[in-house]
Amino acid sequence: MPPETATAPWTPAVQSALDAHKARPGALLPILHDIQHRVGYVPPEAVPVIADALNLSRAEVHGVVTFYHDFRDHPAGRHVLKVCLAESCQAVGCDHLLAHAKQRLGVELHGTSADGAVTLEPVYCLGNCALSPALMVDGDVVGRATPEKLDGLLAGLRRPA
Amino acid sequence: MTRVFVPRDSGALSMGAEAVARAIAAEAAVRNQPVTLVRNGSRGLYWLEPMVEVETPAGRVAYGPVQPGEVPGLFDAGFLAGKAHRLGHGPTEQLPYLAKQERLTTARVGIIDPVSIPDYERHGGFRGLRNALAMAPAAIVDAVTQSGLRGRGGAAFPTGIKWKTVLGTAADQKYIVCNADEGDSGTFSDRMIMEGDPLVLVEGMIIAGLAVGATAGYIFVRSEYPHAVAALTEAIQAAYAGGYLGASVLGDRRRFDLEVRVGAGAYICGEETALLESLEGRRGMVRYKPPLPAIEGLFGKPTVVNNVISLASVPIILDRGAAYYRDYGMGRSRGTLPIQLAGNIKHGGLVEKAFGVTVRELLYDYGGGTRSGRPVRAVQIGGPLGAYLPESQFDTPLDYEAFIAINAMVGHGGLVVFDDTVDMARQARWAMEFCAIESCGKCTPCRIGSIRGVEVLDRIIADEDREANLALVRDLCDTMLAGSLCALGGMTPFPVLSALNHFPEDFGLPAAPLAAAAR
Repeated sequence: MPPETATAPWTPAVQSALDAHKARPGALLPILHDIQHRVGYVPPEAVPVIADALNLSRAEVHGVVTFYHDFRDHPAGRHVLKVCLAESCQAVGCDHLLAHAKQRLGVELHGTSADGAVTLEPVYCLGNCALSPALMVDGDVVGRATPEKLDGLLAGLRRPA
Repeated sequence: MTRVFVPRDSGALSMGAEAVARAIAAEAAVRNQPVTLVRNGSRGLYWLEPMVEVETPAGRVAYGPVQPGEVPGLFDAGFLAGKAHRLGHGPTEQLPYLAKQERLTTARVGIIDPVSIPDYERHGGFRGLRNALAMAPAAIVDAVTQSGLRGRGGAAFPTGIKWKTVLGTAADQKYIVCNADEGDSGTFSDRMIMEGDPLVLVEGMIIAGLAVGATAGYIFVRSEYPHAVAALTEAIQAAYAGGYLGASVLGDRRRFDLEVRVGAGAYICGEETALLESLEGRRGMVRYKPPLPAIEGLFGKPTVVNNVISLASVPIILDRGAAYYRDYGMGRSRGTLPIQLAGNIKHGGLVEKAFGVTVRELLYDYGGGTRSGRPVRAVQIGGPLGAYLPESQFDTPLDYEAFIAINAMVGHGGLVVFDDTVDMARQARWAMEFCAIESCGKCTPCRIGSIRGVEVLDRIIADEDREANLALVRDLCDTMLAGSLCALGGMTPFPVLSALNHFPEDFGLPAAPLAAAAR
């Protein structure tokens, strides 16, 4: 391991994730989830470390990180707002909800608001289709979402810590 | 102490169930009227969520939708004794939405404490497993075959035949994999089982293990379902502690281990071979078949891959017998299907019925029409790869063969309702766009075809050389149907072509005559 990565702030987290899951069959996804949970993203510089620990090529690990929508290679905002854009939510106007979110946050999809508070992401079904349109805020689902509900949520998320 | 039920189901939570549970606990303490709070699953009447139930000597009484501010009023009205209130609906079991259902697979969802083994057993849990332990593996497989159960994930392949292949394939290790990557919009019955009765899935997987000689199982749950992951994890821990999982299943010499794995946001991982690749730690790329997963599946070993509902239907078959299950349904579609009403619908939720119920009954008798109050124009059934049905097809019964006959599919049983403001050309374009977003990229018809499909539909919508582009999109659909490696590319044409055939006026063509639309 080159000396500069040995001292990176994420090194202990990556090592803990590797130690916790390395021995499991098909360990790569659990490891990546664990790293993202601890660090907030999967640092590109950690890819060779993971590859080395699992006896994989860097290309294989990079390929997995980039294949799945969940894994990000840079930090998100303090909160992640996911707007469901699948059919059930389309049937009750999720496009208006998305337009409202973009306008309020001043970002496009995958963007982070200038204050660093909220990253806006699409999601294709949250399984809350009887209560569409649906949103997810940091793992909490919101049903029958409206622009007013969204404004209330955003006010809470953007309040200075 | 009075038992009060406030769901932990993520749909109920999405409407504020957590705050309601806290408000009830706090109010009960202030009034010195102690209650036992049970965090159950949802009964599936989502327009009433958060739906609070109170256990009374005369049965459970429902109130909803309850917001925290209503809680003091409910106490004032005497809801702990089941008394009347503005939000009261009377005895839960007598609610018309529930009373007419045939709940076999979802019989306990919303009723029991999902992670309590004693509660599960009091409601008939683990009887199927106890029967299975006394049966020869081939007899278990035979019971599942005789029940007529077909894969509920969408493909409708006979479950017993799949199991028989795995049983007949000699190997030092076999696996049971549960496909809980419920990615189809409009579907949530897998989630309701996992959150509301996870032990029935655990039991079904143990029985599958006994049937085919597998000693380990994985449940692959999508990451969008954190509450399902939590409930399953608790249930599995309880099952290990109770001796149902581990080195000796209920004292038997056979073992079964079970683990939850979380996906990472890829629709394609609902395809069984992509799911196996993901479990093995790789990109979710579809595999060529053969070999079938039943012969060479997870880590190259014989593997049963079944959907949540398929596996969760196994315990009742082993408990009540194959004939009991088979006696529900019609034609070659035996048993029941947990149907999900979604989209623009007044009474969205879970309706488990025997096969044979018509789309119209579901939309109006259960669903109550659209939430917007406007006429229903189209219903997409079976997820993003399912056909859009026009009103002229609403009398089609839910039956695998009847749906194939109209170029549609039952799929996982989700109905997404659209009112008359829908633009079907946009929906067709979306089907192609979704395929482009989620394609694994392995085969050309899907990877490239979907992108060309978006472009061609854009030209049709913009009225550029419409006739030629309509011919082109049909030709492209033909290539995708015939040439794709899996159902993503191979079935994306279903929503596209059904939109085009049934709603040509949205593509700048003359409206379809009724007779043609019904075909």
